Amino acid sequence: MNAIETDQLTKYYGTSHRRTRGIEQVSLRVEQGEFWGFIGPNGAGKSTTIRTLLGLIRPSGGRAQVLGMDIGKDREKILARTGYLPSEAVFYPGMRVRDVLKFSADLRRKDCRKEAAALCGRLGLDTARKVDELSFGNRKKVAIVCALQHEPELLILDEPTGGLDPLMQREFFEILRERNEKGTTIFLSSHILSEVQRNCTRAAIIREGRIIACDRVEALSRTSAKRVAVHGRIRLDALEGVKDLQETKDGCSFLYSGAMQTLLAVLSAGEVRDLSVSEPDLEEVFLHYYS
Amino acid sequence: MTLTKHELRQGRVSFAVWTGAIALLLVICLLVFPEMKGEMESISRLFAAMGSFAAAFGMDRLNFGTLTGFYAIECVNVLGLGGAFFATLTGVSALEKEERGGTAEFLLTHPISRARVATEKLAAILSQITAMNLILLLVSLFSICAIGEPIPWREVLLMHFACFLLQTELAAVCFGISAFLRRGGFGIGLGIATMLYFLNLIANMSEKLRFLKYITPFGYCEGVDIVTNGGLDVGMLAVGLLFTGVGIAAAYLNYCRKDL
Repeated sequence: MNAIETDQLTKYYGTSHRRTRGIEQVSLRVEQGEFWGFIGPNGAGKSTTIRTLLGLIRPSGGRAQVLGMDIGKDREKILARTGYLPSEAVFYPGMRVRDVLKFSADLRRKDCRKEAAALCGRLGLDTARKVDELSFGNRKKVAIVCALQHEPELLILDEPTGGLDPLMQREFFEILRERNEKGTTIFLSSHILSEVQRNCTRAAIIREGRIIACDRVEALSRTSAKRVAVHGRIRLDALEGVKDLQETKDGCSFLYSGAMQTLLAVLSAGEVRDLSVSEPDLEEVFLHYYS
Repeated sequence: MTLTKHELRQGRVSFAVWTGAIALLLVICLLVFPEMKGEMESISRLFAAMGSFAAAFGMDRLNFGTLTGFYAIECVNVLGLGGAFFATLTGVSALEKEERGGTAEFLLTHPISRARVATEKLAAILSQITAMNLILLLVSLFSICAIGEPIPWREVLLMHFACFLLQTELAAVCFGISAFLRRGGFGIGLGIATMLYFLNLIANMSEKLRFLKYITPFGYCEGVDIVTNGGLDVGMLAVGLLFTGVGIAAAYLNYCRKDL
């Protein structure tokens, strides 16, 4: 069984006369136990996909199943077994951290005190403080505990590290890895590609509401494009398939996805003192897809 | 009941302030009654000179010098208007505040259906209105005893019951509106309470505009009418119950389907 399965999932906002695109024909398969990445810039449709999966918004078309259940019919059953970490953590004013955690546990009808205490200890969260007085990072920690304290089978994380300092980010991903080893499926939505590259096994790239690539992270990084760095002078106008060109004092660097024979011919015709051809990292692949 | 308890806790300051303020005004009104009773001749002359203004408040139909008349004109106005403001503000913000404050995402990503959210929030509103009305009734009864007047039980209980129904209707209608809003509920709540109050004053001034009393819940909450007729107007009450039902149904229908 897949933890998340969408088929042609589509969401438009507004009326039929003035509708705006949210997501279009998004088809995804996230297997149980996977650490899965969802990559895209702001406005690409990551949050719309997540909000549709969680039943916050109704899809305009297509279908989706989470943990084998239909998102429309079994919303409460899905949410009982899912933890969600929003990109911006907002809580009720005047409440203390411990009250928020208890309220969240009570809504789930679970006693999560032991797990909540362990998580607060690891994240260095003071439960006696009022949520209104907390910094963005500390509010994020409260949201992390709310998402994890009931030990869900599926974790949906939307830009999870915003506001967390590097040490806390490391601790957070350590917790996620531990949970993942115990079988929790993790759906990580992020525009920080290194985060996805370090932690996820598979990922999808979403662009303007559509999935444009979905594969293992290594495979996504291993596209036909190469990063070419040249020290010297060559005639680039003869090349087709050049992207992300960066001119330097004594040369240039670019992503190349054209014919290798043509590149070799251009290089041999130019004045090349040094040359490197390497696999682009995920960041570069991302730029390559979006350029 | 988790959400109902949470709502009651979140709204406890507002509840205490509104209940305290209305109770204080009621006590002040009743404490000045003995003094006014002694000056009835000059007050009656004053009302006679006020014309339709006196009619708007029903002062031309009841004796201001009796506790029942005074209560129907003065105290029911305080109770009605103060309670209406509290009910509309509580009702109109019940669902809207989750979107305005950004907490809808937190709440609705827990395993709780939207129908249950609406039910528990409605239960919290009705609990607050009931508690407020019981407190205000007790305050009134104690104040009447304190000024040494006999309690006109039937009239006082009927007027308080009418005020309770008025608040319930307004809260239900505003609860329905709340399901359609994303922000700006407070202005709408205050506007509705004020508009409906003045609609009743206008209806009191002209027989041609009496139909307006069927639109505003202040119509069946008119203390003067309750005392004069010895009961509540069943027709107005039926329309009020219809509005209450429509408000609640609209809240469920829209909230269970809307995108958040």
